[in-house]
Amino acid sequence: MIVTHKYFLKFPKCETETPIVYHLVKDYDLEVNIFRAKVTSEGEGYLVLDLKGKETKIAEALKYVASFGVSIDTIDKGVIRDDSLCTHCGNCLSHCKPKALHLADPVTRQIAFDENLCIACGRCIDNCPMKACSSLLE
Amino acid sequence: MKTYNQINEKISSGKAVVLTASEMKEYIEAHGVRKAAKDVDVVTTATFGPMCSSGCFLNFGHSKPKMRITACRLDGVPAYSGIAAVDCYLGATQLRDRDPANSNFPGKFDFGGGYVMEKLVRGEEIELTAYSYGTQDYPLRDLKTKFTIHDLNQAIMVNPRNCYQNYNVATNCSDKRLYTYMGQLEPKMGNLTYCSAGELSPLLNDPLYETIGVGSVVWLAGARGHVFSEGTQHCPTCERTDNDVPAEGAGTLALTADMKKMRPEFVRGCSFVGYGVSLALGIGIPIPVLNERIAKHLGVRDKDIRAQVIDYSTDYPLRTGNVLGTVTYEQLKSEVIEFKGKKITVSSMSSRYKALEICQLLKDDILKGNFLLSQPLSPLPKEQGMKQLTIRK
Ligand code: SF4
Ligand code: SF4
Repeated sequence: MIVTHKYFLKFPKCETETPIVYHLVKDYDLEVNIFRAKVTSEGEGYLVLDLKGKETKIAEALKYVASFGVSIDTIDKGVIRDDSLCTHCGNCLSHCKPKALHLADPVTRQIAFDENLCIACGRCIDNCPMKACSSLLE
Repeated sequence: MKTYNQINEKISSGKAVVLTASEMKEYIEAHGVRKAAKDVDVVTTATFGPMCSSGCFLNFGHSKPKMRITACRLDGVPAYSGIAAVDCYLGATQLRDRDPANSNFPGKFDFGGGYVMEKLVRGEEIELTAYSYGTQDYPLRDLKTKFTIHDLNQAIMVNPRNCYQNYNVATNCSDKRLYTYMGQLEPKMGNLTYCSAGELSPLLNDPLYETIGVGSVVWLAGARGHVFSEGTQHCPTCERTDNDVPAEGAGTLALTADMKKMRPEFVRGCSFVGYGVSLALGIGIPIPVLNERIAKHLGVRDKDIRAQVIDYSTDYPLRTGNVLGTVTYEQLKSEVIEFKGKKITVSSMSSRYKALEICQLLKDDILKGNFLLSQPLSPLPKEQGMKQLTIRK
């Protein structure tokens, strides 16, 4: 079965030589869609990507990636909303097209964040007056 | 008819009936204005949102040797020092000296006066640098130290304009994105943004300023404070719809309270990409239900309150006075609004969630008997327009 999953990969400092993404495409027959990528000043790398392909192939590919000491997270940590900073103003509502940030309750107007809907476009990071939204890749 | 004294006696003896603004509206809808006026003593109203006309007076105490501070910086943010030796006024929108601002448009604006005010209330350490020209009685010329709010003699918030009675709704008719204090406005009326607590808002529940006046007690970020004057740009003479509700900006309040008693979650530095920094503030105002007229005003609903939609690409900056149309807060709170034949998504700068929380916190304070009301010393002006600046050659 062909599926698409989103992953957040954190690369340790040492592994910069092997072209991992290339191998994902070539050896595991996957479609890779990279949303965000960054190498920090400490030499660590981050990658937020979609992997599309056979479910079995994705599982094998993840094993291969993990063998380099890469940590894999299925929760999209590309963008996070810090609840302790959010005032539930609702300024993000018209900027988050996929409605990952949305009205949880029309009476209290509490704003909820559904990370499964987030496409890591980054519009909320730029728009949140409280700096509640951020990305590990910024 | 009730008096302030009667209500305060009831509060002190734990017998007062206190409702939040939303509870009062439901009560009126269920039992009518007459019964509500008889049964309810106090209604708590509130708002939470960015309020640029805010700031604070700080007094550092004297150094040894003494210094007559000519200019100072708090975490790099200049505070006005053209008053006595160790007093200063820090404004919410002040940037650091070398902030790149909009030189690389749109600027990020990641720090400024509002953030320093939040740090103060959090009790965090702030760096003070100061310079003086030096005098015989105040010889010290340079100073660099650290302090927290606990080291200060006074930290008094003094805000020339808060609690706008109503506010306009922003949109953008041009074909490029705008960066404004009402947030980012997407091209071709891509979104609408508003900034009012609507039916919870203090001055929309007392539209003719019958209970809120100079000397009225307020809940300012958790501290007991006061209205010390009409706010700047207070303009009560305006178009009003049914139930005396203003259809535009109208009244404002100048507020003050002791920052040492404030709660940090209601004093928040905030930032608008491409515009600047500000301070988001939580304010609650208790309204005594003195008579039926006041009760009737407290029944106002979002569907009764209209706001003007303004084009921020031309009409707002050029002050043309043109209004695209009006919408109600009920419409604004539905996620998508139909305006000029277009479906438009809406953003808010004001937090109803926080305003509801403040209504409840203030209600609890009053029920505990430790928040008495005060009769205004003098009323706010009820007739007054707004002047504009003419640039003379
Ligand atoms: S804009 Fe920021 S503070 Fe406002 S609701 Fe969205 S995440 Fe929360
Ligand atoms: S990054 Fe984009 S999709 Fe994700 S929450 Fe922010 S605005 Fe929504």
